[in-house]
Amino acid sequence: MTDETPLPDPDERVGISLRLMDIIVALLLFVVGAVVVFDSYRLGSSWGSDGPQSGYFPFRVGILICIASLITFVQAVRARNLSYVMFVSLARLKLVLIVLIPALFYVLCVQYIGLYVASAIYIALFMVWLGKYSWLKSILVGALVNVSFFFMFEVWFKVPLWKGDLDPLRFLGF
Amino acid sequence: MVELNALFQGFAVVLTPFNMLLMTIGIVLGVIIGVLPGLGGANGVAILLPLTFAMPPTSAIIMLSCIYWGALFGGAITSILFNIPGEPWSVATTFDGYPMAQQGRAGEALTAAFTSSFVGAFVAVVMITFLAPMVAKFALQFGPPEFFAVYLLTFCSFIGMGKGSPWKTLSAMMLGFALAAVGMDTVTGQLRLIFGFTDLMRGFDFLIAVIGLFGIGEILLSMEEGLSFTGKTARINPKVVFQTWASLPKYWATLVRSSAIGIWMGITPGGATPASFMSYGVAKRMSRDGEKFGTGQIEGVIAPETAAHAAGTSALLPMLALGIPGSPTAAVLLGGLLIWGLQPGPLLFVEQKDFVWGLIASMYLGNIFGLVIVLTCVPLFAAILRIPFSIIAPVILVICAIGAYTVHSAMLDIWFMMLFGVIGYLFKKLNYPLAPMVLALVLGDRAEDSFRQSMLIAQGDLRIFFSNGLVGGITALALILLFWPLVSRVVGRLRGA
Repeated sequence: MTDETPLPDPDERVGISLRLMDIIVALLLFVVGAVVVFDSYRLGSSWGSDGPQSGYFPFRVGILICIASLITFVQAVRARNLSYVMFVSLARLKLVLIVLIPALFYVLCVQYIGLYVASAIYIALFMVWLGKYSWLKSILVGALVNVSFFFMFEVWFKVPLWKGDLDPLRFLGF
Repeated sequence: MVELNALFQGFAVVLTPFNMLLMTIGIVLGVIIGVLPGLGGANGVAILLPLTFAMPPTSAIIMLSCIYWGALFGGAITSILFNIPGEPWSVATTFDGYPMAQQGRAGEALTAAFTSSFVGAFVAVVMITFLAPMVAKFALQFGPPEFFAVYLLTFCSFIGMGKGSPWKTLSAMMLGFALAAVGMDTVTGQLRLIFGFTDLMRGFDFLIAVIGLFGIGEILLSMEEGLSFTGKTARINPKVVFQTWASLPKYWATLVRSSAIGIWMGITPGGATPASFMSYGVAKRMSRDGEKFGTGQIEGVIAPETAAHAAGTSALLPMLALGIPGSPTAAVLLGGLLIWGLQPGPLLFVEQKDFVWGLIASMYLGNIFGLVIVLTCVPLFAAILRIPFSIIAPVILVICAIGAYTVHSAMLDIWFMMLFGVIGYLFKKLNYPLAPMVLALVLGDRAEDSFRQSMLIAQGDLRIFFSNGLVGGITALALILLFWPLVSRVVGRLRGA
């Protein structure tokens, strides 16, 4: 799974191959298709007394997903030359995960402390950690952005946003 | 000339101070969205859609469609100044636009890009003005089998005309249909594919999918590329504008050809991106300076920009006349119609005259507004890209999260958005097309309904799709397109032998 061309960063040379990723995604799609087929069959996928049953259409959709993903799977397994094509190198995967994992934490925080507070913290931490900004600047940007969102949504457009299960902004009375 | 009368009534609808203000706001927001990486036409409109819930539908569509025009304009700014296409349809603009900027001709390139976008859009709007009512009138005779045949045609053409693996296109499309089926079955009231999770009863909203697939997916992709913005500065002075305008009539053939390509690709669900590439390729082949393309030829900017705008605009024709969107952004606008309580389809032209003609009139005015705004404010918009990525990226993610939440005021949707973001990242890198998936998600229920109704009429006999000349013709065309990859391979082999 390594690339032949020598690169300075060892993490650039190691990674996941395109072929492996193609196989994984095709298999996942097959599972999704199978789940759709299974549930549609349970609901009734044929002709009822009053016309097509609920599962009639999804059943056929599920079958098509299974067929299409199976063919993609076979094509990927047979395309051995793609083993040497990189889907993503370790170095780049790290960059993606650096964004994705904190983003997931952010959504988890939103669940409890609401959009405004979680967003302010997220923006500030992102700036300090990845942008190497000073704490003061980062907190200021995070807070300012969210105060302006607050006015835009709660005050002007009257669209209330999620305040969180714990609702730390309760005192504002919105 | 009924159309002209109706159009003037449309202008009367648009020319109120409130609607004019919304137009300006829409264009400015649109250009900003077009400039920022990770926010594009489709997800930008999707995020801002909830803000329009309380507006009258006509004002809402005017603002949203102006965001779309703005995004189309904005893509060119980053392509020319930063060599970073803000939108997929402006990739072809970088080929000659960025070299022009490097030679210090940024003002000329930008003026040419904006003006030719305007021309492309204008030709497309004129076409919509006269063709859309005719198509709608014709479509009034359609019954369920005809509509299903048109849906079939739309989806088959994705498989037939797509560049990548037809099986991947089919997988992505069917995944869209499957996701659309989740939740309450609109005919029998049964719950489908929810596996006991009552939160899934609402189903997957395509707006959430659009925000995740295009927004979050895009941020992950641009993060991987480790974006650093190093751009040329630009200021457009009036002298350059007039000089460029004076030189443009020379390229009338390119303008006409590119508009035609754009309109064709926009009405068929090819979309703006392939239209811009195709137009660039054709211009390169037809031009006398063809071999100089890529070194800063003004024609290389005119061709893709005209086609992209013509395609982006004419994608609204099938959306308005048939209720079938020609692009993901048109799909989002169609979703808006449903939310505002309008029934998309040919009856719109009969029942909602103000709405339809207000929208068409706003296309004319919006593009004129857009041209003026982008020509005068380029330095301002370019400055946005100088904000470092480590500030822009989290802010865009927050905006996406807010957009996803406001659709149904549901926290769970933010989680779904993240899930769709990862799917978008994987699909983009593995060449699964996103557009058919989004369209299937939007049209899933309607396609299924028309299929079931047809089956009910025919008592389960599939021959109903060939029961008369019209439906038979559309179905046959759809099947030809579906098997086109196979046919062309066989023809190729026969020729080779």
